[in-house]
Amino acid sequence: MRRAIVYLIPFTWLLVLFLVPFLIVFKISLSDVALARPPYTPQLDLSQGLSGILDFVRELDFENFIFLTTDSLYWKAYLSSLKIAAVSTFLTLLVGYPMAYAMARAREDWRPTLLMLIILPFWTSFLIRVYSWMGILGTEGYLNQLLLWLGIVSTPLQILNTNWAVYIGIVYTYLPFMILPIYSQLDRLDGALLEAAEDLGCSRASAFWLVTFPLSRPGVIAGCFLVFIPTLGEFVIPSLLGGSSTLMIGKVLWEEFFSNRDWPVASAVAVVLLIILIIPIILFQKNQQKQAEAEA
Amino acid sequence: MIRFENVTKRFGSFVAIDNLSLDIYEREFFALLGPSGCGKTTMMRMLAGFENPSEGNIELDGADIVDVPPNKRAVNMMFQSYALFPHLSVHDNIAFGLKREGMAKDKISARVAEMLRLTRLEKFASRKPHQISGGQRQRVALARSLAKAPKLLLLDEPLGALDKKLREETQFELMDIQEKTGTTFVIVTHDQEEAMTVASRVAVMDAGVLKQVATPSQIYENPNSRYVADFIGDVTILEGRARKEGNRYELAWADGQPPIVAQSALEIGPGDTCYYAIRPEKVEIHHDKPEDDNVLQGKVIDIGYLGNISTYHVQLANGQTIRAQNFNTERSTQQAFTWDDTVWVNWTDRCGILLAN
Ligand SMILES: Nc1ncnc2c1ncn2[C@@H]1O[C@H](COP(=O)(O)OP(=O)(O)OP(=O)(O)O)[C@@H](O)[C@H]1O
Ligand SMILES: [Mg+2]
Repeated sequence: MRRAIVYLIPFTWLLVLFLVPFLIVFKISLSDVALARPPYTPQLDLSQGLSGILDFVRELDFENFIFLTTDSLYWKAYLSSLKIAAVSTFLTLLVGYPMAYAMARAREDWRPTLLMLIILPFWTSFLIRVYSWMGILGTEGYLNQLLLWLGIVSTPLQILNTNWAVYIGIVYTYLPFMILPIYSQLDRLDGALLEAAEDLGCSRASAFWLVTFPLSRPGVIAGCFLVFIPTLGEFVIPSLLGGSSTLMIGKVLWEEFFSNRDWPVASAVAVVLLIILIIPIILFQKNQQKQAEAEA
Repeated sequence: MIRFENVTKRFGSFVAIDNLSLDIYEREFFALLGPSGCGKTTMMRMLAGFENPSEGNIELDGADIVDVPPNKRAVNMMFQSYALFPHLSVHDNIAFGLKREGMAKDKISARVAEMLRLTRLEKFASRKPHQISGGQRQRVALARSLAKAPKLLLLDEPLGALDKKLREETQFELMDIQEKTGTTFVIVTHDQEEAMTVASRVAVMDAGVLKQVATPSQIYENPNSRYVADFIGDVTILEGRARKEGNRYELAWADGQPPIVAQSALEIGPGDTCYYAIRPEKVEIHHDKPEDDNVLQGKVIDIGYLGNISTYHVQLANGQTIRAQNFNTERSTQQAFTWDDTVWVNWTDRCGILLAN
């Protein structure tokens, strides 16, 4: 009985906060646009009884999904999102791994402080932090002022409103999600393994590639998913830092909803995004499970 | 083959190894024995190259190795924690060192197969370390450190994690392997029985200093100090003053007790304080007073029954306890001696050891 309650709580949670909203969105994606409130038909009319439900179901169709395939904007946006998510995940890994490594090798009494510093940015609003990047990256921004002052460039660089700004923003925002899982793997790495590797003829560098890195791989994989998954649907960063050429599905989604007020197509976009995300999420779960098993 | 020359190792102001000199010869099975924290692991780590001596030299085959990094030394170490690579199979763990040498593929697999056979791990070659038992893991660690055929193999408490039975089995396996491969083994242990069983020579350490380096039987029968006598095996130590009587010493050790006579080559000045160590298995226990040297009367206050032997704690009139051991050759639940029996203990003048310090 108590077991059942323990299981019931997360399931209810999922049901209420994920499955039900998803079904609603899914239902909207099967509807048609209408100049009404809410802006789609059909509406479920329960006062008609069973025939009302049947009428309602009969009017639902996959039109919007078919529409997504006909307009190249959508699949280009999906592809471009995948590319931006993949590139920024890789960049985050490049920046995050050395930081995690340095933290794991830092003196024991320093580590809590370093961890704290990694988490500290979460204490200010995400929006404010992205806005402040606008102040840094703009043509009049601090970065360009510094570069001009140092004489590295003669005219301000156009960074803001390009994909570069998006990458910078994503790497900055999601860095902790990369560092923390890698750090936790490296932290529990047994130093004797590296000594054993050296004893058996490895140089320091090859010991890293043959022992340290493979053993931190579960953390790397976890970190990559934790960055990749939310980045794929990212909206705030590309719309604030990216330019008109930055094509991301999150932006398209927003425009469909709020500019075009085409809720059914927007919902279809969202449903497809979710389906795309399910693959990495399942892989991520598999990775976590494997890791848990290996540790047991 | 290995020579420690006045080696001192400090950690900060703490002296872990204190001006130590030692020679270890080729094909030797050498054991370092000592209490926890005496510097055994530090010695090994200096041999493997993970630690540099603060002072002094370490030579391997006549060449100074202090500046040679661990990956360039013909020395392999079997770690106290095994340190197996968890992401690699048993086979790949053993092949690890060989691959680093750039050995040809077929040679590697031949060598690994040989190691697997030697350690009887053939069946587990494709398993990961977490899929095999503790004893098997330990054998993998051994195979891995042997695979490169090092001149010198260091074993840091290799059997610490094993149960008694497996431990004894593995000890003999180790000796067997050492004989077959002709590698010089240096083993660290704080189990004196283990050291005595496997090693051809034993060094007893205390606080960074070598107390005695000798064969197991010499260490046991001729310890050079109270510390060694007490550390190895069971012993009763008496303190007194010795007087030379012909070729023997007479030790006056307690009021109201007859002096103890002992043969000794030691030169002890009259009136100097010295010590006398007697091992329980050399002490006989009787109901009636025997005619011999070193006969003392006392009362049985404690009996330790171990199955094959019994240890009797006999308390003398002055409060000193002497331990005597008897083999239980008869199969009977009735002990020959029991609590509060008044008994006589005795031993000959050659059984005990006179020690100057
Ligand atoms: N890196 C280090 N820094 C400071 N002190 C150390 C260090 N390594 C060892 N020591 C000290 O040196 C002494 C000897 O250590 P060592 O590890 O050689 O002991 P051991 O004889 O192997 O003991 P055990 O039987 O418990 O393994 C210990 O007192 C230990 O505290
Ligand atoms: Mg040790």
